Amino acid sequence: MLELIVISTLNGVLFGMLLFLMASGLTVIFSMLGVLNFAHTSFYMLGAFFGFQISRWFGFWPALFIAPVLAGLIGAAVERYGLRHVHKNGHVAELLFTFGLAFAIEEIVQIIWGKSPVDFRVPPSLDFPAFTIFSTNYPAYKMFMLLVSIGIFVVLLITLKRTRIGMIVQAALSHPHMVGHLGHNVGHIFMMVFGVGTALAAVAGVIAGPALVTQSNMAGLLGPILFVVVVVGGLGSLPGAFIASLLIGLLQTFAVSMNGSLAGMFGPLSPDYASTWLSDIWNVTVAQIAPILPYMLLVLILAFRPMGLLGTRES
Amino acid sequence: MSEITLSAAPPRPSITDNLKFYGLWIAATLVLAVLPKIFFSGTSLSTFSLIGISIIFSLSYNILLGQTGMLSFGHAVYYGLGGFLAIHAINIIGFHKWPVPLPLIPLIGGVAGLVFAMLLGWVSTKRSGTAFAMISLGVAELVASSALILRTFFGGEAGVSANRTKLLRLFGLSFGPQLQIYYLIAAWTLICMIAMYALTRTPLGRMCNAVRDNPERVQFVGYDPHIIRYMAFCFAGFFAGIAGALSAINFEIANSAYLGAVQSGTVLFATYIGGIGFFIGPVVGAIFVTLLSLGLSDLTTVWQLYFGLFFIAVIAFAPGGITGLFMMHRPLIRTGQLGRVLPSYLIALVPTLAMIIGLMLAIETTVHYTVNPDEDPHIKPFGIPFDAASPVTWILSAVLVIGGFLIARRTWTRVGQAWDEASNASREKALAA
Amino acid sequence: MSNAIEIRDVQKTFGATRVIRDLNLKVAQGERHALIGPNGAGKSTTFNLISGYMVPTSGAILLRDKVISGLPPYQINRRGLSRSFQVTNVFTNMTVWENLRCAVLWATGHRYAFWKNIDRLPEVRERTVQILEDIHLTSRRDVPAGLLTYAEQRALEIGITVAGGADVILLDEPTAGMSNSETERAVSLIRRLTEGRTLLIVEHDMSVVFGLADQISVLVYGHIIASGTPDQIRNDPKVKEAYLGEEAA
Repeated sequence: MLELIVISTLNGVLFGMLLFLMASGLTVIFSMLGVLNFAHTSFYMLGAFFGFQISRWFGFWPALFIAPVLAGLIGAAVERYGLRHVHKNGHVAELLFTFGLAFAIEEIVQIIWGKSPVDFRVPPSLDFPAFTIFSTNYPAYKMFMLLVSIGIFVVLLITLKRTRIGMIVQAALSHPHMVGHLGHNVGHIFMMVFGVGTALAAVAGVIAGPALVTQSNMAGLLGPILFVVVVVGGLGSLPGAFIASLLIGLLQTFAVSMNGSLAGMFGPLSPDYASTWLSDIWNVTVAQIAPILPYMLLVLILAFRPMGLLGTRES
Repeated sequence: MSEITLSAAPPRPSITDNLKFYGLWIAATLVLAVLPKIFFSGTSLSTFSLIGISIIFSLSYNILLGQTGMLSFGHAVYYGLGGFLAIHAINIIGFHKWPVPLPLIPLIGGVAGLVFAMLLGWVSTKRSGTAFAMISLGVAELVASSALILRTFFGGEAGVSANRTKLLRLFGLSFGPQLQIYYLIAAWTLICMIAMYALTRTPLGRMCNAVRDNPERVQFVGYDPHIIRYMAFCFAGFFAGIAGALSAINFEIANSAYLGAVQSGTVLFATYIGGIGFFIGPVVGAIFVTLLSLGLSDLTTVWQLYFGLFFIAVIAFAPGGITGLFMMHRPLIRTGQLGRVLPSYLIALVPTLAMIIGLMLAIETTVHYTVNPDEDPHIKPFGIPFDAASPVTWILSAVLVIGGFLIARRTWTRVGQAWDEASNASREKALAA
Repeated sequence: MSNAIEIRDVQKTFGATRVIRDLNLKVAQGERHALIGPNGAGKSTTFNLISGYMVPTSGAILLRDKVISGLPPYQINRRGLSRSFQVTNVFTNMTVWENLRCAVLWATGHRYAFWKNIDRLPEVRERTVQILEDIHLTSRRDVPAGLLTYAEQRALEIGITVAGGADVILLDEPTAGMSNSETERAVSLIRRLTEGRTLLIVEHDMSVVFGLADQISVLVYGHIIASGTPDQIRNDPKVKEAYLGEEAA
């Protein structure tokens, strides 16, 4: 039991930090540009596939740096030549533009790398157990993922608190309508924020690629969960996104490792109900409902705190 | 006083206006009735059926997006639930031999959509704007994932099927042949179109527009924007449920794809491409997108990519959709200024088409190398044969894309100038008149 | 005479900043009351508190002796209080006619009706026509509100505010940004439309204030420093020091 708790906590924090790598970029982009980037997880996917391809050619370590830069450049280009152009058509058009983009990126990835998972492996230098708790070997690669995401988190925190651009971002977070008054270089800042935000998502993609499954549907699978994170945390709130990322990371990881069901707790259902929908609910395990837990949390939060955990803004 | 009052109010519709208005609906009815006499093949009948369903679904979606300003990524939930309830209803009614004929089943689907919209909508519509969009996505995922858990009701991956001919027969109609199903769908399409049009002309319908424009101000004229959004959501759910039920009747099956993300995305595409600013927009979009997806999928394997790129192009260059483009030209047509812009359109069309063809050539060549690299490089997408391995193809594609882009950019500036001139002239004429 | 609006010991803080301190104000039924004060004194915040856009941190606000603080804006509006906005706040994509009609619907009892044809509601039509004529926008009836001139939009803003027939009207700087002749027209419009109703108005233009108001209150740093008739305010030494003197200097 204790073993389960320790391992699940580690995995949950890891998943949560990965989510936050993406949620932070998404939140900052939303606060500054006023558009929720629907294609954010598409850049996470691009990161994973670029990482896979570049690892094949030059090895994992160069890939870790080149892939996010490439994805970030694409992101910056999307902002400069796409979003900025669509901006005059309003927020709905902007959001739909990123939606269409997500759709197109998925199709392109499918054309280039196919629909089935690619063989993106953990680099040999990290392919060993880091430590053994009780009887479980904890892989070094997962520790590496955790360290990278915590490292980036710290760098982000320092950037936000200590640098000029950080001050601007902070100002944008607390007074989003003031962003327009930043001065003549506002376009430049937008492009940079979008580029860095998407590059961060791509970092998450590169490091998650070998551990999870690198496949053309990975953006579509993670997207809704990421949006749950930012809504539950409160749209436009970085601390909120952080708490919600960890919360959902832990929630899902713990749920997956649990096999309990109503049948397990109260005994099997009487055979009279065997073929009714009640038996579906009775026999489903906690692990099986893990995928829908974030959405249930979303509905609960909205019912009691419509602004999200730390949100202050209506929209 | 009373005379001033009469002149200040918008004139009541004249007899010719009324004739035009009702004539349009009667014409639509006639077209729907006559259509299968002209195109009587099985393929065209099932295409028309799909279009009819898509029209209802897209119009119901536009109650949210176009009328009330709510961008939903999960509208298929109510379509799908309507479909499942309809299938179960057909099975149960058929089993117990209750006296309910098939034409009433869509109503059951509609009520199912309404009930679930009432249940899920209250929480969803608490927020507007981006938050609502994300919540609709979350709720859609919740329902879609639950559908896979509740296997008894949703039938797992296979879905639930039914036999539509087992119900009470009215006037000897079995509803086996596609022709009868076509007329059933056409009738419901007409009813739903009229109902949804009428809805836009009620106090609620107008307040929906007000919420879309300025939800804050609505509160200061006595209305709770949450209630307005909620009611719009319920109506949208009701009509989506009818569409889902018709789809279930059409295919005699309902499966989890009905309420999935692809279905939600498709209705969004269709509505937006048609144009969300006009009542007729989603109708145009439904016809266009259904035909496009049926047509393209025969011509190329990567039709979804073209579809996505087309959608992006509409958002970037024609945010009013197809209907919006047409409506833009109405004042020019009325004042006879269209001739001023048409030549510039034709000039701009040449390099733009060249660019698009170059892009398609590049895409198809890439597809050949990544998807089937071992097959014969002489491929035939869109029925046009070319050699994907030949450098000539690559150079041609590059020249078309780059050259087309550079020239197109200049010609479109010309279009802009011609447009300004024409609309100025048109405005002057309108003022003079 | 009973009070239309009464504000009792209201405080409003944003984070650490106290924007409104111990605010007390009474506006009698049928009175034209002006709220003046330097920029940032909290005039718009006071309006936001009264109209339900914001909730006071402490204290109470009463409308005709009933507590309304804490209620959402639409409920306060239904009780007969209507406000305009400093920044024009209309339904930009809808025509002038549609704008005014939306403002009339609740008061005529049609609420969320989805079974009535809006074009066949005679009382809605009549009231909309009336307001349309009152604000002199009849010739602009079918123009989308977003395409009106600034002065026309301000007139529409006032029209929407009074259309519902509320008997307590709050106007937030109705003449801001207008030329002299436009201001004159706006003042006579306000005078006519608020006949027999209670008016609370925030205004920077002193000629408007002294020409229109029966009572004036001076708000400085979120606190009322003086309240009285125009003559009393003109001669109040505290006001001269804190506000009018500043303007003269």
